[in-house]
Amino acid sequence: MKHLIIGFTAMLTASTAFAEAVKPTDVVFVDGAVETSLSGVAGDPAVGAEIMNKGAGNCIACHQVSALSHLAFHGEIGPPLDGVADRWTVPELRGIVANAKVMFDGSLMPSFYRTEGFIRLGDAYTGEAHGGGEVQPLLTAQQVEDVVAFLVTLKEQ
Amino acid sequence: VMMPGTAVSDPDDDSLTINGEISIVTEVEAPAHAENLSTIYSGWRFRSDETQAFQMDDFDNPGMIGVENAMVNWETVDGTEGKSCESCHGAPEDMAGVRAVYPKWNEDKGKVTTLEMEVNNCRETRMGAEKWKYTGGDMTDMVALISSVSRGMPVDVAIDGPAKATWEQGKELYYTRTGQLELSCANCHEDSYGMMIRADHLSQGQINGFPTYRLKNTKLNSVHARFKGCVRDTRAETYKPGSPEFVALELYVATRGNGLSVEGPSVRN
Ligand code: HEC
Ligand code: HEC
Ligand code: HEC
Repeated sequence: MKHLIIGFTAMLTASTAFAEAVKPTDVVFVDGAVETSLSGVAGDPAVGAEIMNKGAGNCIACHQVSALSHLAFHGEIGPPLDGVADRWTVPELRGIVANAKVMFDGSLMPSFYRTEGFIRLGDAYTGEAHGGGEVQPLLTAQQVEDVVAFLVTLKEQ
Repeated sequence: VMMPGTAVSDPDDDSLTINGEISIVTEVEAPAHAENLSTIYSGWRFRSDETQAFQMDDFDNPGMIGVENAMVNWETVDGTEGKSCESCHGAPEDMAGVRAVYPKWNEDKGKVTTLEMEVNNCRETRMGAEKWKYTGGDMTDMVALISSVSRGMPVDVAIDGPAKATWEQGKELYYTRTGQLELSCANCHEDSYGMMIRADHLSQGQINGFPTYRLKNTKLNSVHARFKGCVRDTRAETYKPGSPEFVALELYVATRGNGLSVEGPSVRN
């Protein structure tokens, strides 16, 4: 009985740990790449495609994406993302979306899964100071995975 | 590891003459202190032909309505001293050249002042009138009037002497990456001008055209209101209009445009 209980607890811990997101401050980068899923749940490319166009994602503000050509106004600040999955592995894409400044030193691209080190952090787009509560990353762990799942579909070869 | 791309600048080739008589310099060699630019351009050159057209004739320029409103205020007595701007300054045309050199070191105050600060100083201490809100309608209209009589004159804002420390502070602010998006003025207006950011064609963020009538909010916009909007868009806590930080930033940004013509009130989208 004692063994059973220990075994059961261990299982619980393991599955909780698996479903719990890696905290923004705990993400491990190796050469700019992040090996393991941030959320532990497979990303949904359809949801990722939506994030490319809205909210705190809004990737097409800076990037052109032919697969999203039905949406108006793609920016030119970053490189076009067509064929991006031919150029980068999944861990690399995850690292770029989570914190592009690790891969590209001094990049103009915002860090989407980071919560520390900002100057004059505001409360979203209000222009007011951040209230002092817990800082939320621009994208949640699952949203990063969703975006990565979408990027993986951008193949030319 | 990829390197950031270099800016492809593509202002258009149009030239600007207002009312068929005031020719406006919209492109000129960058002043030496704008270290990372070789040519400076007015924001007008980055706007569509339709938006540009509004500024070519005062009858089509909606910003001129603000100038007319200010003309009324110019001659209207206000405050305990029984005076109007006109009582001391004569005709608005006598202000020609003033816009071109502001912000400027004010010896009495011992600091750099903007046109807005000068106007409020006259209202409060010389007219005994209430000060206007820094970015309010009466104030922005008055700055538009004062600018309009300098149109075509080259921006010539001084850096040296006692203004230097303020200028350095402004430069520091210009290159600081703020907010959760960690973007500086330079990231958008120096590194990326000529490019599209979503639906917006990025200019060099020059202020020779201020106040600007924006088709987007259908009113005249002051320099500090624009700065506030740009800083807010980086998901940062902004500085306040009229704050020492924005005065310093205005001084610095103004000097990046030395050599362009005064253009305000201009029209932008
Ligand atoms: C403010 C501009 C900006 C935004 C917003 C932005 N990026 Fe980027 N991105 C860049 C720049 C600039 C680069 C080029 C890398 C560098 O900085 O050298 C880049 C590079 C990339 C790359 C590598 C591209 C390649 O072909 O090698 C990927 C992938 C990418 N971004 C994905 C995204 C995604 C996904 C989002 C939104 C969640 C996003 N970006 C939002 C500016 C941006
Ligand atoms: C009682 C006199 C008086 C009145 C009324 C007055 N001013 Fe002034 N103003 C001055 C004096 C004196 C100065 C400082 C000396 C100078 O530059 O002419 C000045 C300076 C200025 C300056 C800076 C000029 C420069 O060359 O640096 C501006 C702008 C200005 N006034 C605008 C206004 C406006 C707008 C009004 C009305 C709302 C107004 N003034 C009302 C006396 C007055
Ligand atoms: C995220 C990008 C971004 C950042 C960062 C940014 N701006 Fe802007 N700014 C814009 C856009 C977009 C416009 C509208 C198009 C244009 O005129 O460039 C604009 C317009 C302007 C204009 C109006 C230009 C005109 O001709 O009317 C000024 C002035 C300006 N910005 C100054 C600044 C200053 C100063 C900073 C830093 C405090 C700053 N901007 C930061 C995006 C940005």
